[in-house]
Amino acid sequence: MGTIPISSAAAFATGLKAAVQSVFVYVIFGTFIGYGALCHDLDFSLPWAVASTVLIWAGPAQVIVVTALGSGVPVGEAAIAVTLSGLRLLPMVAALLPLIRTPATRFWHLLLPAHLTAVSMWVESLRIAPKLPRERRIAFCNGLGIGMVVAAVAAAILGFVLAERLPPLFGAAVLFLTPMSFTVSIARNSRELVDRLAFAFGLTLTPMFALAGIDLALLAGGVLAGTLAFAVHRVVAIVREASSEDASASDGAPSPKPGEGP
Amino acid sequence: MSTTVRELGPYLALVLVGFLPNEIWRIFGIVVARGINEDSELMVWIRAVATAILAGIIAQLILTPPGALAIVPLMVRLGAVTAGFLAFLVVRRSVFVGVLVGELALVIGASLWPQI
Repeated sequence: MGTIPISSAAAFATGLKAAVQSVFVYVIFGTFIGYGALCHDLDFSLPWAVASTVLIWAGPAQVIVVTALGSGVPVGEAAIAVTLSGLRLLPMVAALLPLIRTPATRFWHLLLPAHLTAVSMWVESLRIAPKLPRERRIAFCNGLGIGMVVAAVAAAILGFVLAERLPPLFGAAVLFLTPMSFTVSIARNSRELVDRLAFAFGLTLTPMFALAGIDLALLAGGVLAGTLAFAVHRVVAIVREASSEDASASDGAPSPKPGEGP
Repeated sequence: MSTTVRELGPYLALVLVGFLPNEIWRIFGIVVARGINEDSELMVWIRAVATAILAGIIAQLILTPPGALAIVPLMVRLGAVTAGFLAFLVVRRSVFVGVLVGELALVIGASLWPQI
């Protein structure tokens, strides 16, 4: 076992710092001011607004839950809507955890980073965590996620208290923060062709499925769009391999052995 | 099915309708992540599906928005998200600039073309 340059506590603090410096802090602040105000308007208590933010920690699901109560939607229907909106968390968690675990990591070590996984935390973790020593990435992710939750709770409290004084257009503007920030942050993290295609296919296929009245459009559209993007990625990889073999074959030169490149 | 959230009480409703249906996916995510190599092609596919589902959520939030955002006309919502995305591309792929320009476009557009 070699020594690790930074301690767990320092990695946790790095995560907190990354949360504060992330552009998402502004987005989270705006979004959760709106959420706090929504809770106030729909007759929830302030402790409920805080508890729901800590326990659910997923913007779209939280908006569905409060709106459902406000309009008296049946429990079963609301739970199905939340279940569908939460679906994205499975592949997000499955994509993040292999980057941050070590052979010594236990199941329960992963519970907190998995719970803290939300779009904002996921985007920043995928970007920053690989720069840290592997043994400290979980601590980093916990610091990052907890920093973001604290910002969200503070904003929800502020929104709850200010609810009656906020202008009407403000409500529309804070609800727009979620799709706008998701769009640009996903685009920023999509450096490879497969990610860009998945994004573009998802943007177009899911609304078409929803318009056609297909059940579970989000699931069907997402899986199909992601799989199509992956298929293109595979085809491109195979074509590239084949053409590089052709090129070396027609040159009549043996392909260079690894480590023998120019 | 006909039980309303209000009859359950706010905290039981929070756990049953908000916490559990959401958290279950995170737990499944931990289970699925076991045995996946971070450099494998399976990982590329999982990331592609996550990205596509997120894109679908974005599209739905813009096309059939919740609450107060629905009062802003569809063309203004589409125009604002396009403006924000273009600003992001032009100004050094800055998320901050993208969100700021998108928000400004939405507020200005909603003021110029209020819902008829």
